Amino acid sequence: MGSELALIALSAMLVNNFVLARFLGVCPFLGVSRRMDSAVGMSVAVLFVMTVASLATWLVQRLVLTPFGLDYLRTISFILIIAALVQLVEMVVQKSSPVLYQALGIFLPLITTNCAILGVALLVQQKDYGFLQTMTFAVAASVGFGLAMVLLAGLRESLALASVPRSFQGNAIVLVTAGILSLAFMGFSGLVRG
Amino acid sequence: MQSEPTMTLSPSPLTSSGITSAASGGGVALPGAIPARPGTNWAALWADMGADFRRGIVKENPIFRQMLGLCPTLAVTTSAVNGAAMGMATLAVMVASSFSVSAVRRVIPGGVRIPAYIVIIATFVTVVDLMMNAFAHDLHKTLGLFIPLIVVNCIVLGRADAFAGRKPIPRAIADAAGSGTGFLLALLALGAVREVLGSGSLFGVRLFTESYPAFLLFVLPPGAFIMLGMMVAGGSFWANRPGRGEA
Repeated sequence: MGSELALIALSAMLVNNFVLARFLGVCPFLGVSRRMDSAVGMSVAVLFVMTVASLATWLVQRLVLTPFGLDYLRTISFILIIAALVQLVEMVVQKSSPVLYQALGIFLPLITTNCAILGVALLVQQKDYGFLQTMTFAVAASVGFGLAMVLLAGLRESLALASVPRSFQGNAIVLVTAGILSLAFMGFSGLVRG
Repeated sequence: MQSEPTMTLSPSPLTSSGITSAASGGGVALPGAIPARPGTNWAALWADMGADFRRGIVKENPIFRQMLGLCPTLAVTTSAVNGAAMGMATLAVMVASSFSVSAVRRVIPGGVRIPAYIVIIATFVTVVDLMMNAFAHDLHKTLGLFIPLIVVNCIVLGRADAFAGRKPIPRAIADAAGSGTGFLLALLALGAVREVLGSGSLFGVRLFTESYPAFLLFVLPPGAFIMLGMMVAGGSFWANRPGRGEA
């Protein structure tokens, strides 16, 4: 059991990294990675929401959708749960911890349209994971997301000082950089089978 | 990089380029609040619809200019067929949801419009998902997770909120069809290039002899990032080519 969880974690974090191998959450990956502090803020917000959202969607699937044979409502119900959850988290954080809200506030609304969150919820159902596996998968996936985010933010901060050919300025060089980062992560493939 | 408005990678896809473009891009003949009814200037409406349609294809191409909806773009374009299928599914969802959003735009209070739009979009995504599972099962298996993920594609929600939520139905449809076609063409182009380089074929037809050393890189994930970067750079080079003035 323990080794299985470790394999799930390793696979979600490195081998099948959410951003660099599965292409989930590319928009925030490219959008808010220009500075290191915003990259870290986004990663923490994703870690938080992804864990809670995976738990909520897993419970809804087990307690409502499966018993009543409502599988076709999965997409609609999951996205509504995620949207409602993000709103709730935002309100709770705002009331309870102004410091945390100041750090994460601007990232929270964007998370609803982060496909990594819905992606994890749907992948968990596809793989038919149990409770512990779901939680491990969600935490590892968001740690992998954060890892890729922080790496790219570091690269972009040094890229800002480099002289880039005119045509590549802007998004093009960021995409190529992300590609090389992804190439580096390909080195992990074969570490875990499946 | 952020000096050019159409290239803005703002952290807020719903409010950045869409609204400003919707405000500046349309014609002056038909104020957005007035729906088509008898007495409408049909010629002006028709011209606006043409402009709405064309805008999404090149000038505000979702992928190359706005960098929205990149997740499915990078993930499914391992071949031209996959890219085209994903593009068509997204186009269908966009047109249907923009039509519905525009039709009910007066009924939905501003405060809850985003959740309402998401429900509308999710409904059509479910329809497309189930239909593809029934009629194109193999394709459905290949695209897998990314069909339900059309729900969180920023372009769909972006166009619904920025354009369809404030314009009459015909223009909303034209705008969605334009952006959707731009998205489809971008996916088709990226898929075709990656398939030709990565497996030496196009639409499953072999182009080269068996001795062609396929660049495996281009069908693997890193190739998607690198190729899209190259294509964006190519577009930027073309836009800034000598003798063109400031683009």
